[in-house]
Amino acid sequence: MRRLLPWIALLALASVPLWLKDPYLLNAFVTTGIFIVAAMSLNLLLGYTGQLSLGHVAFFGIGAYTSALVSLGFDVELVGGFRVIHDPWPVWLGFVMAILVSGLCGYLVGKLSFRVRGAYFVIVTISFAEVVRLVALNWVELTQGPLALTSIPPMALGLPGLGHFEFFSKQSNFYLVLGVVALSYVIIGRLVNSRIGRAMVALKENESLAVSVGIDVTRYLVLAAVVSAGIAGAAGSLYAHYLKIIDPDVFLFLYTVTMVIMVITGGKGTLAGPIVGGLIFGFIPVIARSFAAPEIQWILYGLFMILIVFVLPQGIVPAIEKWFGPGEEPGVGGAADATMQDAQ
Amino acid sequence: MTEFFQHMINMLILGSTYALLGIGLTLIFGIMRVVNFAHGELYAFGAYFVYFIAVLLGFNFFLSLLVSIVAGCVLGALIEVVLLRPMRGADIDTTMLIMIGAMIVMQNTEQYVWGGVAKSVSTPFPETPLVMGPFSVSWLRLFVFFAALALIAAAYFLINRTKLGMAMRATFQDRDTASLMGVNIQAIYMATFAIGSSLAAAAGALLGPVYVISPQMGNIASLKAFAIVILGGLGSIGGATIGGFILAFAEEMGAGYVSSGYRDAMGFLLIIAVLLFKPTGLFARSERIG
Repeated sequence: MRRLLPWIALLALASVPLWLKDPYLLNAFVTTGIFIVAAMSLNLLLGYTGQLSLGHVAFFGIGAYTSALVSLGFDVELVGGFRVIHDPWPVWLGFVMAILVSGLCGYLVGKLSFRVRGAYFVIVTISFAEVVRLVALNWVELTQGPLALTSIPPMALGLPGLGHFEFFSKQSNFYLVLGVVALSYVIIGRLVNSRIGRAMVALKENESLAVSVGIDVTRYLVLAAVVSAGIAGAAGSLYAHYLKIIDPDVFLFLYTVTMVIMVITGGKGTLAGPIVGGLIFGFIPVIARSFAAPEIQWILYGLFMILIVFVLPQGIVPAIEKWFGPGEEPGVGGAADATMQDAQ
Repeated sequence: MTEFFQHMINMLILGSTYALLGIGLTLIFGIMRVVNFAHGELYAFGAYFVYFIAVLLGFNFFLSLLVSIVAGCVLGALIEVVLLRPMRGADIDTTMLIMIGAMIVMQNTEQYVWGGVAKSVSTPFPETPLVMGPFSVSWLRLFVFFAALALIAAAYFLINRTKLGMAMRATFQDRDTASLMGVNIQAIYMATFAIGSSLAAAAGALLGPVYVISPQMGNIASLKAFAIVILGGLGSIGGATIGGFILAFAEEMGAGYVSSGYRDAMGFLLIIAVLLFKPTGLFARSERIG
């Protein structure tokens, strides 16, 4: 039964565009899905390695800008009169580049920031995101600054012999995002249930013990950061090509907070957690919008966040699992001894 | 050269308020181990309170400064009792998330109550600046500088020369032993959060009239306070004071000689550089307070 659950959920979600015709709600599903992908990537760091990165939106935004710029083309003059001209590339290449560039940034940031832990790590990651935001705001020649990058083409897939397809409608974007959610789920699931994932959990549970049994902590943390940043970059790319306009506000701290609260609400360190939390926090604004001013919506959002941390600090999914008794899903806390032995 | 000295004068004025902001945050982190994301909102709260008392109610400007510092103290104590006391013993990430929630609630309450349009406060100081040779500085800024210095001195006195300060330092060094020696830990935590918050409110109350007051002013203030605290080493008051001036120096230099658009980036670049090369902060011999 538990093995079937993800498939049932996937089928249920895949049926949504068949019966839901309201464009506003469908739009909410697409944007929520994009943020779920980002939250899943954050969960890899926060839930499995235990590192709270509050600069995660940087990778999302870098993915969005990379993908948009690769598919739009640009012409910038660097220091010393060196000019870089880039002609527009096919959109799917922008998507690939977004993953690669974000992953590379994840590698660099990981290499540098995993020298520190706890509060220091949190603040380095925020600083990184703010610096990237200020660059996006001030490097007008490349990013148009506050004027935003506009007329970004929709995601398109051209395979030789199979023709060319553009993801223009909300329905097609829904399936595209659902596909990426499913793919991210599989990738993260395979990763955390492998030797690598067990090493990550081991270092989350007790870092000095993990080091003492020979786990190369920094290596696993950087690996998690690269995969996580790459997936966040993919989400950013989807976001850019769905909205078709992006400005430096994609780097807002509140987006990181949204991702964090999705993970915490659903249950950090569980595969389904970010999806459950994401659906809840994706649709709170939709419901609150009908009766409250924007500021009130945010106030409710903040209060709900405090409430969740007070009442359900472990999140919804672990609470449900506890309710139905111990399940098969491995890799979440506990069993540290077995994990340690295995990781050697 | 004249331009450079003008930047230095600005640096001193800005740095003194940054130091206030940083001391408040470093006290809270050092003693309570809470990463206080709402710190910048207390800064904004102080500024709005001055606007409320001095402009809307029409009271004396100096009185409004005093009232907003007290109000910051009360609000801080309230936040501590309602949000942090029940979560005592929770890990640092948990309290951080609660403070982020508090930040969102406070910022949007400000936006809802006061609207998105920036407010300005007029002061009793003369419009014409004080001119000394080639330099000029407004009377208001001069007042802000000396008021901030006085508050920093008061904070030093409180921590190093009073019984409450001694209890706070003891709690910082070893909570359990301090408790055994008869220190009321709950009261110390509340006092710490209240004092830290009132320092943030004071910084906002002083800087608000210099610039304009907007609901977003707290965002950047929180991040700047983090930068200052990291520069000085978490928990070090002397470090936070010097850190405030270093951040102001970096911002003035960045804005003056690089690009004004990157003024706010200077703090973050400093944070990244310090954490990479000297993660304990520039001035922390060991983790201590005072």
